[in-house]
Amino acid sequence: MVDRAETPAPLIRQPGVGSLLLGWLRSPGVLNATPVLIFFLIGFVGPLVIVLAFSFTPERTFDLGAGFTTENYEHIFTESYYISFIWSFALAGLTVACNLLIGYPIAYGLSKLFGRWAAPVMLVLVIPLFVSENVRLFGWYLFLIKGGGILAGGLKTAFGIDTGTLLYEPGTILMGMIYVYLPFTLFPIVLGLSMVPRDQVEASRDLGASRFQIFREVELPIAMPGILIGALLTFVLAVGAISEAKLLGGQNTPVIAQDIQHEFTYAQNWPLGSAISVLAIVVTGILVVLVMRRLDLDRLLGRR
Amino acid sequence: MENKRWVISLIAVWTGAIALFLYIPIFSVITSSFGKSRYFRFPVKAWSDKWYDQTLGANLTTDLHLTSFYVAGCVALIAVVLGFFGALAFARYNWRGRQFYQRLIMLPIFFPQAVLGLALLLWFTFVGVLPSWEAAVFAHLVWIVPIVTLVISIQVYGFDAAQEEAAYDLGANRWQAFREVTLPALAPGLFSGALFAFLLSWGNFPLSTFTTGADSTVTEWLYTKMGSGYTPMIPTMGALSVFGAIVILFGGYMFLIVQRRRRLERNE
Repeated sequence: MVDRAETPAPLIRQPGVGSLLLGWLRSPGVLNATPVLIFFLIGFVGPLVIVLAFSFTPERTFDLGAGFTTENYEHIFTESYYISFIWSFALAGLTVACNLLIGYPIAYGLSKLFGRWAAPVMLVLVIPLFVSENVRLFGWYLFLIKGGGILAGGLKTAFGIDTGTLLYEPGTILMGMIYVYLPFTLFPIVLGLSMVPRDQVEASRDLGASRFQIFREVELPIAMPGILIGALLTFVLAVGAISEAKLLGGQNTPVIAQDIQHEFTYAQNWPLGSAISVLAIVVTGILVVLVMRRLDLDRLLGRR
Repeated sequence: MENKRWVISLIAVWTGAIALFLYIPIFSVITSSFGKSRYFRFPVKAWSDKWYDQTLGANLTTDLHLTSFYVAGCVALIAVVLGFFGALAFARYNWRGRQFYQRLIMLPIFFPQAVLGLALLLWFTFVGVLPSWEAAVFAHLVWIVPIVTLVISIQVYGFDAAQEEAAYDLGANRWQAFREVTLPALAPGLFSGALFAFLLSWGNFPLSTFTTGADSTVTEWLYTKMGSGYTPMIPTMGALSVFGAIVILFGGYMFLIVQRRRRLERNE
């Protein structure tokens, strides 16, 4: 597990005397990072600043110079907007929990048991990811719809059972989210589990550890960075989910992303939409920073 | 490591069941696209491929796919170039601030996409850029460049920088060393980076919906149509995109395997 990136740059050695800053700016690492960093500044930091600025302008203005107010944030809590926050975060939390339970055994199989079958199985699990989310959710709609749907129609023909529709329930949205985000939980866990050295598991077994002890004391701590990344990624994506609630929930369940879209299209209230966005960003941002601080990315990506 | 047989079987069955679960909606879409009737009913009484004729013949289909293709193609190209340099800074060189940089550029991945799309729309309005498919390329890049950087980084971690030094010792100049040593060694990473970028952009909806303006991609059209009721063109268009994704993915996978085999042969 030698960390290659920790060795000093082999090609160009900076003397480091004289102007240190200039030396730093001309070091190959900084030079190579520059294009991405500039892009990051224009494409990510800029937009965030604008959203933040807009969230403090008076209602229904489209101009940043219109004044300063915090009433957009007050609206979120005094009107019913906070309900979508509760729904979105609850659904996202449940999605993460279910996906960890569903994904862990599969990840364990992929990284420890399947051997040369792991790559093809992985491919089978990846392919749906590249079919647009909307197409797949529409497929669920066709599967679940009342009367002529594949589930209802199939059950009726095969067993003569009449089922109502399963659509338009919060449970269906949850199923849709579990479905869409499972790969995002799964693959980071595979990455994390493949960091568990075989010898260490065997050593602890020789020392008399039970299967559960191995899981709790060896596998789980070592695989934790991968599990954390998977959980975080799933949570954040699920908080921003929009199609699930619309296509499977029939708009009975309010979620944040829909509120935001509504404010920016039909309601034409950009400041309120921005305030909702900022609140969502702050909550997910805190989680992201907390998790990121614990990660050693070099180890996670660069072993072998 | 002796794992008990039944444990392996259990996990294999579980994996199979979940894989099946992942494909249920895809099969549903394909099934309904071949149904003959105007409204989808299961079990399907009569099969037909007339919706394909109709869909493939429509100008709309060509327009939508071309827009999606332009966007995804540009995204893949630009993302690989930016990601290549980004990955060298990420994984190869050791420099002050690298740890911070690594975390910083990951942030757009861990960001609610609908919120990102909207923030970009506001930003474009502020700067004076009209929403269009070119603007959508930019929006996709914000999310996809970090992912491509990570994908290429994994390859860069495995690259032995001593090879480059050897090339210099043998009299290669910077460009030659880059072209003959570095680029071929990193090529698989660049290729998978491009493949990822293309497919993620092709299927993206939350970023496109805010930024394409009057241009419409396949996924946007599907979303709008689904909201306004069923027509057989929806599953047909969806099925076409399924076939497209499978062809591209398998093509890419095969290409990588052939490349690896050829490299092994050359080394023997």
